[in-house]
Amino acid sequence: MTAQTPILPVQAILRRLARHGRSLVIAVPLWWLIVFFLIPFAVVAKISFAEAIIARPPYSSLVDWTSEGVLLLKLHLSNYGYLLEDSLYVLAYWSSIQMAFFSTLIALVVAYPMAYYIARTSERRRNVLLMLIILPFWTSFLLRVYAWIGILKTNGIINNALMSLGLTSEPFIMLQTNFAVYVGIVYTYLPFMVLPLFTNLVKLDNSLLEASADLGASPITTFFKVTLPLSVPGIIAGSMLVFIPVVGEFVIPALLGGPDTLMIGKVLWGEFFNNRDWPVASAVAIVMLVLLIIPIMLLRNAQEASAEAAR
Amino acid sequence: MKRTSWFVTIATALGFAFLYIPIISLIIFSFNKSKLVTVWAGFSVKWYGKLFSDPQILGAAWISLKIAFVSASLALVLGTLGALVLVRFRRFHGKSLLSGMITAPLVMPDVIIGLSLLLLFVAMESMFGWPAGRGLTTIIIAHTTFCMAYVAVVVQSRLIDMDESLEEAALDLGAKPVRVFFDVTLPMISPALVSGWLLSFTLSLDDLVIASFVSGPGASTLPMVIFSKVRLGVSPDINALATIIIVIVGIGVVIASTQMKSRKVS
Repeated sequence: MTAQTPILPVQAILRRLARHGRSLVIAVPLWWLIVFFLIPFAVVAKISFAEAIIARPPYSSLVDWTSEGVLLLKLHLSNYGYLLEDSLYVLAYWSSIQMAFFSTLIALVVAYPMAYYIARTSERRRNVLLMLIILPFWTSFLLRVYAWIGILKTNGIINNALMSLGLTSEPFIMLQTNFAVYVGIVYTYLPFMVLPLFTNLVKLDNSLLEASADLGASPITTFFKVTLPLSVPGIIAGSMLVFIPVVGEFVIPALLGGPDTLMIGKVLWGEFFNNRDWPVASAVAIVMLVLLIIPIMLLRNAQEASAEAAR
Repeated sequence: MKRTSWFVTIATALGFAFLYIPIISLIIFSFNKSKLVTVWAGFSVKWYGKLFSDPQILGAAWISLKIAFVSASLALVLGTLGALVLVRFRRFHGKSLLSGMITAPLVMPDVIIGLSLLLLFVAMESMFGWPAGRGLTTIIIAHTTFCMAYVAVVVQSRLIDMDESLEEAALDLGAKPVRVFFDVTLPMISPALVSGWLLSFTLSLDDLVIASFVSGPGASTLPMVIFSKVRLGVSPDINALATIIIVIVGIGVVIASTQMKSRKVS
């Protein structure tokens, strides 16, 4: 028998950890997301089939043991039926998608020239402008939406300016309308559109534009035939980064919209906090998730394509 | 410099005006004497005084800062691990699942994340008795989950840009992977770690929707208090609060960017 240095239990544990280090490093973020991101969706799906009851928590359980020892699985499809029956929900989904679509389009039109300019200006100025794009993103989103209340309301900055210039005698009603919601959405999500467009446009090869001009194309033709088609991945990524969260937006319609602003995020909030109907709120969330699957896939493909291009 | 047309220049200038006019108006009217937020009645700092004597806002701000500090730090660790694993490990079980889940919270509507986490916490409480009730802990878990997505994205892009040969050299010279991580990888990705932490901190400080779902009695965060005040109408002390936040963030971003520039030069 050879003399062996005794191994302390702590050392043994550390050695074992080191041997399994790789799987441990993988497991920590993976399991955190499985528990706190993936499983919650399963719980929402489960509760969307429950029935609202007055209890804590306010929903029925799906599985029951009857007195005869029979396992009973009760799935209430009524929540989904309810969503179809009451036109409020269908209208809210439809108007959310509509508003998300149009605000994405407006954001694209506003952001494109900005991203183009930033991509083609001198490097010194580019860094300053990029910082100016990102800076609002760092300041409170809630307070930036709040700022628009002061600007848009009946005795707000715009109306005061217009009336003191004598351009109008009656104030325009802008706050608590869909117009205000559009302004708020485009304003808050603009950086999300500018940045992917910039990342794409900055890689644009100048010689392609020169070649197009040499061959006699006007700047406008060059833009539509060369620049725009080449920037499609950036357009898709930016558009999805705006469209997907806007469909479920709550804060902007709640602060800037009026009673007739129908958005599904607001409806879900109301079901949950005002009606305390957790099963219906869950069904609303599940349907929203299903509607968002295709845009999320589009975003993933666009991101993977740009990651491939970067390599 | 490449030539750009006057149309693009004007559109860009208007775009930046659109981004900054609301922020500038917030700052200007925080120094307004009148209670009416939009009518100028002379310079005053009284709203700052009112803000700092409002125990509700101060208490909520303290709670929010605590939550933001802990969640940003947890998100930094988890997000960095996630990014490292995805960029540096060739193939493993669950890689596509991890890469899908890690970026999904970036675009997932807040109402869905908030509702789903709340329902999870309620289910966990009735099954395991933890977390008992809702409050700071549940908000921290929720914020960590969505902030780690931002950390992962920032660190991932830095890792992809980074030269792998230094790490390989260290491994060839016999350094253990853990040692290589702490001595080589970590110093090189440190700018990304700083911006990832700061981004998480501000996002956590700013979140209203998710916190409202997973919060409990006695844990009102700053955005929750602001939201309930703003719903009742505009009030100049909120403008004062906004100005303070904007000034702090502005200074922070300018310092961070000049720091990074000087590091690049050296």
